[in-house]
Amino acid sequence: MTTYKKACYDLVVIGGGPAGLAAAIEAKKNGIHHILLLERDRELGGILQQCIHNGFGIHVFKKELTGPEYAENFIDELRDLGIEYKLDTMVLGVHENKTVEAVNPQEGLLSIQAKAVVLAMGCRERTRGALNIPGSRPAGIFTAGTAQRLVNIEGYMVGKKAVILGSGDIGLIMARRMTLEGAKVEAVVEMMPYPGGLNRNIVQCLDDFDIPLLLSHTVVNVYGRNRLEGVDIMKVDKDRQVIPGTQRRIECDTMLLSVGLIPENELSVDCGIKLDAVTQGPIVDNSMETSAEGVFACGNVVHVHDLVDFVTEESRRAGRSAVDYIQRKTTATGVKIKVVPGETVRYVVPQLVNLDGPDMDFEFFLRSRDVHDRASLVISLDGQKIKTIRKRYLVPGEMQHIKLKRKALPVCSGGSTLSISIV
Amino acid sequence: MICVVCPVGCHLRVSADGDVYMVEGNQCGRGKVYAINELTNPLRTVTSTVKINGSPMTRLPVKTKQAFPKGRMLELMSVLGKVELKPPVKRGQAVLKNVLDTGIDVVATKTCLDNRV
Repeated sequence: MTTYKKACYDLVVIGGGPAGLAAAIEAKKNGIHHILLLERDRELGGILQQCIHNGFGIHVFKKELTGPEYAENFIDELRDLGIEYKLDTMVLGVHENKTVEAVNPQEGLLSIQAKAVVLAMGCRERTRGALNIPGSRPAGIFTAGTAQRLVNIEGYMVGKKAVILGSGDIGLIMARRMTLEGAKVEAVVEMMPYPGGLNRNIVQCLDDFDIPLLLSHTVVNVYGRNRLEGVDIMKVDKDRQVIPGTQRRIECDTMLLSVGLIPENELSVDCGIKLDAVTQGPIVDNSMETSAEGVFACGNVVHVHDLVDFVTEESRRAGRSAVDYIQRKTTATGVKIKVVPGETVRYVVPQLVNLDGPDMDFEFFLRSRDVHDRASLVISLDGQKIKTIRKRYLVPGEMQHIKLKRKALPVCSGGSTLSISIV
Repeated sequence: MICVVCPVGCHLRVSADGDVYMVEGNQCGRGKVYAINELTNPLRTVTSTVKINGSPMTRLPVKTKQAFPKGRMLELMSVLGKVELKPPVKRGQAVLKNVLDTGIDVVATKTCLDNRV
């Protein structure tokens, strides 16, 4: 017989990375005491623990920290506040009535009734399967993040001669890491004509070590029976089609993939929460509430952020809103208006503004579709301009964070639409 | 040279006349400072891990407390490869002092107590 352990909490937070930590801490500081945070790993901190490089915390702490340092600040605060957490605990389901089912080796199955839930599961990496790279299936092909965990946490080197496909920041960081640990990185191969990662990482992770960055190139074949022996790369044209006659072989025993991140939303989907087709995360309002009442979401589970500092800020908002919901200071069923991406904007989060929601100013995160030199972000309500923000430089790789005072929003009703465009 | 001070990423050209450097292509004063530092004394904060025994953790993350000479990073890595620690280690604690006579310490970036990960 399976015994089911039952418990009740005000707030259950799913995920102990930067998002979950910040949401739980903020909720506690705002007067909710019965909080439980669930983490599937053996320690708190999430992906920050394997990001041993520095550059985190410039906005939140006004200094550059490494990932473990950034995490430890929040873990210490969580412990000091006496917030309860369970490690090695996998959440199996979240139900609309806010029951959370989880399992761990010490207690077996758990059924936890919450008054509000914060989803903070983060994201996962796109894999080789998602790219349809042809060729054999040898050992030695890793996502960059898996390799990062093996090297930085487990202490295993993943290979001696590597090719990195994709120039996202994790791939660039791993190019440097592999080189410092004695491997030879033959090339970073990027399909787009511009790099995916930050300039700073191109310079300090590739140029510092003379690692070639092959833009407008992709991997078209993979060789090796047991272990990877090499990859074929080809040049691509502006429509990302391979150019015949440009094929060449690079010998390598390892390939790392840094080709994008996808919010991890199996639990949200099973709970019936509506997702945004572009962000692949839950549709949320400005209080970070999802389409399920009393279920909030924050961090990379909502949309993939570039900076952990923004995850922290967004998650604090989710934590405060959950408290508001639990204490019934605001109605969860207020009038909501839509927020839509306008011209050359790829997406905007939140996708809804709750006119009756918590008394906070509005904050929006958005990504540009293209590169813009000297452009303006324009916020309009039903076609009427209400705010213009000048930007020196806009790139798809850099998320924009803009604010709108609550009182700057003209009186409007449920049918109105707020749009943000780049002109 | 691409400036990394901000996301604009200006392409800089630097010419030297003795000790006087001329920077072109920068759109702000920070670009000039960056270019001259990169040419005269390029520095990087180096982060890595060292071995730790007697803990569920196998590696302890570390960093150079100040920015370290770029040209000596691989030398530093081979010194770090010989380090073995035992818990407890506190975050910020010096793991190596005055490494390679640079005057720079290598410090732990994570706390490791005996039994806890």
